[in-house]
Amino acid sequence: MLVFILRRLVQAVVVMLSVAFIAFMLFQYVGDPVNNLLGQDATEEQRVALRKDLGLDQPFPVQFAHFAANAVQGEFGISLRQGRKVSALIVERFPATLELALVAGLIALVFGIPLGVYAALRRGKASAQLLMTGTLFGVSLPNFVIGIVLIWIFAVELKWQPSFGRGDVVAFGAWTSGLLTRDGLLHLVLPATTLSAFQLTLIMRLVRAEMLEVLRTDYIRFARARGLTDRSVYFGHALKNTLVPVITITGLQLGSLIAFAIITEQVFQWPGMGLLFIQAVQFADIPVMAAYLCLISLIFVVINLGVDLLYFAVDPRLRVEGKTH
Amino acid sequence: MTAPLLEVSHLRVEFPTRRGTLLALDDISFAIAPGEILGVVGESGAGKSLTGAAIIGLLDPPGRIAAGEIKLAGRRIDNLPYEQMRRVRGREIGAVFQDPLTSLNPLYTVGQQLIETITTHLDLTASQARARAVELLASTGIPAPEARVDHYPHQFSGGMRQRVVIALALAAEPKLIVADEPTTALDVSIQAQIIALLKKVCREQGAAVMLVTHDMGVIAETCDRVAVMYAGRIAEIGPVADVIHRPAHPYTVGLMGSIPAMDGDRERLLQIDGSMPRLNAIPPGCAFNPRCPRVVDRCRVERPELRPVGATNAACWRPLTVEVAR
Amino acid sequence: MAADANPNPTASASALHGFFDGDVWHSFRSSPVAMGAAVIALVFFVCALFAEAIAPHNPFDLATLELMDSLKPPAWIDGGERKYLLGTDGQGRDILSALMYGTRISLLVGVASVLLSIVIGVGLGLLAGFVGGRVDAFIMRLCDVMLSFPSILVALMISGVGRSLFPNAPDALAFVVLVLAISLTGWVQYARTVRGSTLVERNKEYVQAARVIGVGSLRIMRRHVLPNVMGPVLVLATIQVASAIITEATLSFLGVGVPVTSPSLGTLIRNGNDTLFSGEWWITAWPSLTLVLITLSVNLLGDWLRDALNPRLR
Repeated sequence: MLVFILRRLVQAVVVMLSVAFIAFMLFQYVGDPVNNLLGQDATEEQRVALRKDLGLDQPFPVQFAHFAANAVQGEFGISLRQGRKVSALIVERFPATLELALVAGLIALVFGIPLGVYAALRRGKASAQLLMTGTLFGVSLPNFVIGIVLIWIFAVELKWQPSFGRGDVVAFGAWTSGLLTRDGLLHLVLPATTLSAFQLTLIMRLVRAEMLEVLRTDYIRFARARGLTDRSVYFGHALKNTLVPVITITGLQLGSLIAFAIITEQVFQWPGMGLLFIQAVQFADIPVMAAYLCLISLIFVVINLGVDLLYFAVDPRLRVEGKTH
Repeated sequence: MTAPLLEVSHLRVEFPTRRGTLLALDDISFAIAPGEILGVVGESGAGKSLTGAAIIGLLDPPGRIAAGEIKLAGRRIDNLPYEQMRRVRGREIGAVFQDPLTSLNPLYTVGQQLIETITTHLDLTASQARARAVELLASTGIPAPEARVDHYPHQFSGGMRQRVVIALALAAEPKLIVADEPTTALDVSIQAQIIALLKKVCREQGAAVMLVTHDMGVIAETCDRVAVMYAGRIAEIGPVADVIHRPAHPYTVGLMGSIPAMDGDRERLLQIDGSMPRLNAIPPGCAFNPRCPRVVDRCRVERPELRPVGATNAACWRPLTVEVAR
Repeated sequence: MAADANPNPTASASALHGFFDGDVWHSFRSSPVAMGAAVIALVFFVCALFAEAIAPHNPFDLATLELMDSLKPPAWIDGGERKYLLGTDGQGRDILSALMYGTRISLLVGVASVLLSIVIGVGLGLLAGFVGGRVDAFIMRLCDVMLSFPSILVALMISGVGRSLFPNAPDALAFVVLVLAISLTGWVQYARTVRGSTLVERNKEYVQAARVIGVGSLRIMRRHVLPNVMGPVLVLATIQVASAIITEATLSFLGVGVPVTSPSLGTLIRNGNDTLFSGEWWITAWPSLTLVLITLSVNLLGDWLRDALNPRLR
């Protein structure tokens, strides 16, 4: 097992290095790195000094190493558009996105798993068919359309909920949380629901499909042949086997949520990293783009690793390098 | 004569499909006495496994019992509501399936699966159930059962797993075991062990066995009586020695003649021309008539019932009554 | 095995016959949902194809726009006119016509992206399966990494890089970058499927025999692997068209998709979003509805196709 962890760590490092490489290429060759680091308003002397400092006359690998070293410390220069340090911007925006993604993920799990189980167990009945048709809508409706519709219904017509921004937030040092105020929570409802929609349908379909597969296995048949109660068969045996792959896949979805938050943040003007990134893309703000890329990759790699470890914890077949006799 | 433990009368199993209804089991009747081992043999698709599935009430939909009765210890079980049938399963009828690898849930230990089965049917405390689980593992020949009861299925070899499956089938002390090809997925060297084990524990518990297989050797070793199935019908049924050495039905004759013998003359193996008809193309009259060397006009029109011929019962208009020299 | 026997010329005719007799067609006819979806998809497709002929106005011809007619609601509401059936936007453009042209752009980009995805994916899959070894390992690693990144991110990155590299790019280039961006998000599935099939076929004896005789690898792949994967690829493609359309719409909505001069459905929705709060709901509503209907019908078709081609689910 240790070997496994080590191997995955090495893979993770390789992936991060590749990503850093791509970010580096962006930084150096798309646009002007000196600009990227100093911003538009630097003087000529500063530029020359920086050029020497950066070692732009240095061989390629050295420059890359320099960049990577900076990246690890979170130093990505100055945003071309906003003129502030990229790292500061990101730290400022990160909590908003993370909270949004976590709440959305929670909603998706809490509703998606039971609905999926229901759809599998009641297969063929009208209610299950209805649910599955509903998932088709969930998959076909783009994130932003759902957001717009929700805004229109709940914010414009019914005026129940606010439609943009984060509301009141509480700060803990660098972290700001909207979860602790009623206003903050209220602001969270629509965006989180919008963001969770796609995931919810995905989880539902996944759980249903997995469960149906599991219900066809020999060990379920054998369990029934032993006269075990339906409850045991469905929730003791089938569900456990279903959830093993599901949990791991949904873990991976967390990263996806953070990424898709980009869209939701645009619709709701949610002050998170996604909104920052979109503005960066629109204005070709390379430093921000590069930083976002690296951060997202890091998040993904960490999540992937975590999920793999989770698999280990849950599936006994992977754990014991068993002796069979 | 003691009352039969299992009585199957005129069982019909159909599969309604888009292209019409397929008759998979056509008027099957047989009985198993308490403690008896009945073999059910036949080619793939003859309906052997379906018979077992119908008996334990686990026919895969859209299959369903269209007619007939199944009685266990005098009580009808084919029309029981789901919950009552569930109680019958495991407690009165146990099942052993073909593939031990996929029969066990990989995420639970062997002990957990045993204890669950035991406590579902028997009123024992947790520690009593665990003790019984260990006991069951011991009786099925698994070494160091106290330790192995906490192992996962993937930690056992194929033969050991099948022993676990047998232990599970016997956990709630059923009186009848339906074993569907229990050795087919195992190495040849292990097959004999498992069959011997099955025979032993069933005798010990006084359980009857319906042993479904396509392997005549296993039948010869283990069974008291044997039923030969063909195209969803029973061709011949009788005591094992008689069916093997003095078969009456031409199909059985062909079946016996096609078994290679280690001793005796090395003659050409008998081969029955043609193949078993598909379910949607069963000929009228006797299902075997297109391939039968002894066919007469009546065979093509009237379906024969099982009638006593010598020591066995055969469904044939012209059964052999002479001993086939082997 | 004959190297390249001329296939029976009546085989294709009877194959067509076989199709209509077969389970797939039967499944189609007995599924009202699939048929309905197909009809809807067809309607949109036709509208998109013949937009110039069918659309009542040309929303891009500045000469025909009348500012006086701007912000008119749909015809059945007070203030609307039959001339502008679904209303007009802030500059007097007829929504219905804009929808048709927009649908064309959306469908064009969507289908083009999927086609490119297929070319990339199938190509890489064949390569990985046939060549094997380190090439295979590398491509599979690439697949894994790409799969773990959400599509929107990949598309955004490529779009962003494209913008930075070519800040004043002509429209055509912008389209190319967009199609490339979207297609790079979807090729992985094809690659995996094709690789799997290639591996299976490669190990079959008749393929090995053919190689011994000297039949080229390319021909083997074409004749034996490709026919086997067409089914799954078709299903994937149908479902992916929907997701490609959504991705394009999203990018356009975010302002980084199609150029402003050729608005797709996403652009139209973005434009309409600004007036949502002041009550001119129709500018957003119609494009949104259209988008949803298109993707819904394509998804339904894809779902049905997958079930119809899957023998296990019968």
